[in-house]
Amino acid sequence: MSALQIALVGNPNSGKTALFNRLTGARQKVANYAGVTIERKEGHYTAPSGRRVRVLDLPGTYSLDAASPDEAITRDVCLGRHPGEPVPDLIVCVVDATNLRLHLRFVLELKALGRPLILALNMIDAAERRGIAIDVEALSRELGIAVVPTVAVHRHGAQALIDRLDAQALPAPQPHPVADLHAEVRRILAVAVSSARDSAATDQAIDRIVLHPVIGLVILAVLMFVIFQAVFAWATPLMDGIEAGFGALGEALGALLPDGVLRSLLVDGIVAGVGGVLVFLPQILILFVFILVLEESGYLPRAAFLLDQLMLRVGLTGRSFIPLLSSFACAIPGIMATRSIADPRDRLTTILIAPLMTCSARLPVYTLLIAAFIPQRTVAGVFNLQGIVLFTLYVAGIVSAMAVAWVIKRLRRDRSEHALMMELPSYRWPHARDIAIGLWERAMIFLKRVGGIILALTVLLWFLSSFPAPPDGATEPAIQYSLAGRIGRLLEVVFAPLGFNWQICIALVPGLAAREVAVASLATVYALSGNEDGLSAIVATQWSLATALSLLAWYVFAPMCLSTLATVRRETNSWRQVWIMAGYLFALAYLASLLTYQIARWLT
Amino acid sequence: MRLSELPKNLPATVAGVVDAVADDAIARRLRELGFVAGEPVRIVALAPFGGDPLLVQIGSTRFALRRSEAARVTVASADGAGA
Ligand SMILES: Nc1nc2c(ncn2[C@@H]2O[C@H](COP(=O)(O)OP(=O)(O)O)[C@@H](O)[C@H]2O)c(=O)[nH]1
Repeated sequence: MSALQIALVGNPNSGKTALFNRLTGARQKVANYAGVTIERKEGHYTAPSGRRVRVLDLPGTYSLDAASPDEAITRDVCLGRHPGEPVPDLIVCVVDATNLRLHLRFVLELKALGRPLILALNMIDAAERRGIAIDVEALSRELGIAVVPTVAVHRHGAQALIDRLDAQALPAPQPHPVADLHAEVRRILAVAVSSARDSAATDQAIDRIVLHPVIGLVILAVLMFVIFQAVFAWATPLMDGIEAGFGALGEALGALLPDGVLRSLLVDGIVAGVGGVLVFLPQILILFVFILVLEESGYLPRAAFLLDQLMLRVGLTGRSFIPLLSSFACAIPGIMATRSIADPRDRLTTILIAPLMTCSARLPVYTLLIAAFIPQRTVAGVFNLQGIVLFTLYVAGIVSAMAVAWVIKRLRRDRSEHALMMELPSYRWPHARDIAIGLWERAMIFLKRVGGIILALTVLLWFLSSFPAPPDGATEPAIQYSLAGRIGRLLEVVFAPLGFNWQICIALVPGLAAREVAVASLATVYALSGNEDGLSAIVATQWSLATALSLLAWYVFAPMCLSTLATVRRETNSWRQVWIMAGYLFALAYLASLLTYQIARWLT
Repeated sequence: MRLSELPKNLPATVAGVVDAVADDAIARRLRELGFVAGEPVRIVALAPFGGDPLLVQIGSTRFALRRSEAARVTVASADGAGA
């Protein structure tokens, strides 16, 4: 029997992702639709009959009358109009049983297509808890399609659906033309659903506090602050462990291999480079845990609601909040997340400022410099001084992003109205399994990036730092004679007003390609210079405070990693945007560092 | 009365959605989201920074709408005053 091809569709917040995870588990493949950069998620499972079922998770949509590029994908696949995507054998429409008034309209739209269709009546557990009684038989009869209750977050919550799909082929519904979809929804609800009491009471009670103009903002600020303190505090033991592991690995390899180019490449190039990058994985994962929990629980759109006016004033939208928050982990997923902004103009502005959000790749530089120059002290009894400095750097990024967005708003020609119209879903307890799958997905994206680009760059840098070998009778450290040393000295002319020494200049080159490489590069440069101390100790003793602050300022703007630029190219389909972004970031970084260095030198 | 003028927590009923411009995509989406004649509607919260956007409850669904978007929706308050 050939594989069954099904497509999951549904309104946003119907529990579609959870159902997809429930059906396919970890057997998922995440890619992009050809030509566009909308995420294409496919997975598979084996039905009890032994039949293979391939599941396509289509982007959430309110209507087939698409209002954004990802809604257009869903429409095209459902209509069988998407090139390169086979028409699904069956459309599984996922609805939230507690929100049928909204979701059923889309079901009727799908039914009108006249393709095989089944309804997954999801969150039936939540509906029961809220006293919403649904007569599944009646609902199925009135809709004219099969209806199966599911609880996507319970272990066997999708079993009924799996069995139903396995039992026999589902027929295409008879499409009756319906003049007024809303009237039809009301009629069906009257027959099949009865609600005992106001079913949104809990949400309302929570929202009264969370969306309160003052308390709500305090909660949001505290939440952000806690997240950053946690990222800094919890990750440390894990990072120490990884660091020690790679140190030991380097030593073991060094002892095994004879002195020479190969040993140098392995120990100073590859092991040091990979270790220097992996060490920051704990921070990224911790950050993503928070983002995923906020997303799952339904809090993120609330934050967007609270901040919408603020964002609007600088030319953004509340919806920009989610992509920008993701950019704190990495600008790449952040820029990709801007797809949820239906409006091209808002989307472009969000993309342009996303790199100003302090991505985790900058944490290595921050961590190194903060550890070396800022004393580990407790302020006001509870706060960690290093944490406060880190927080300040994040705020600097946010403030400059706002400023840039404001300037873009002034410069652009189109000043027409653009919509928010955002659903605030019910609050829900996040489920560990869905968080874990989301975390795994993101970790893999980060590691794949790290694995490829960064390793290549680290090896390239090792090559630049090792060749050509110093002449006989050389007195200076070998690296000064190498290609890297020469490039560094050339760049030093440009960067001297910022207080950057040639070691920093060398590290900046691969640091432009991927920010997280900068620290690994510094380590390589110093390790090859014959310094055996920890990098932190070298930095603390050999750099001036002004240089350190200047480098911190540089990294608030950090002109660009190539991966980010490549993502922007893909998402905007325009080289012009790429150049604009790289250009303005470089200019800002140079200016900020120049000011910081000159002022700090004048003060100290 | 427009939805944007409805006082907070005063129950009302949707009368319709008016296009602000020709072929108004925002108005169309509002209708798709359930802002159609006869639906009960209520403003449940106002955002900080000038009370915009509004949190609008329609049925048991809550939407954040900017005032300019809410202004497209005409409502009649439940006590019968003004449409
Ligand atoms: N109680 C309950 N919660 C669910 C169910 N399905 C999904 N959820 C939760 O609903 C929220 C939204 O689900 P998600 O899959 O992200 O929705 P999507 O936007 O349609 O992909 C998450 O917090 C899920 O954990 C269900 O059947 N029962």
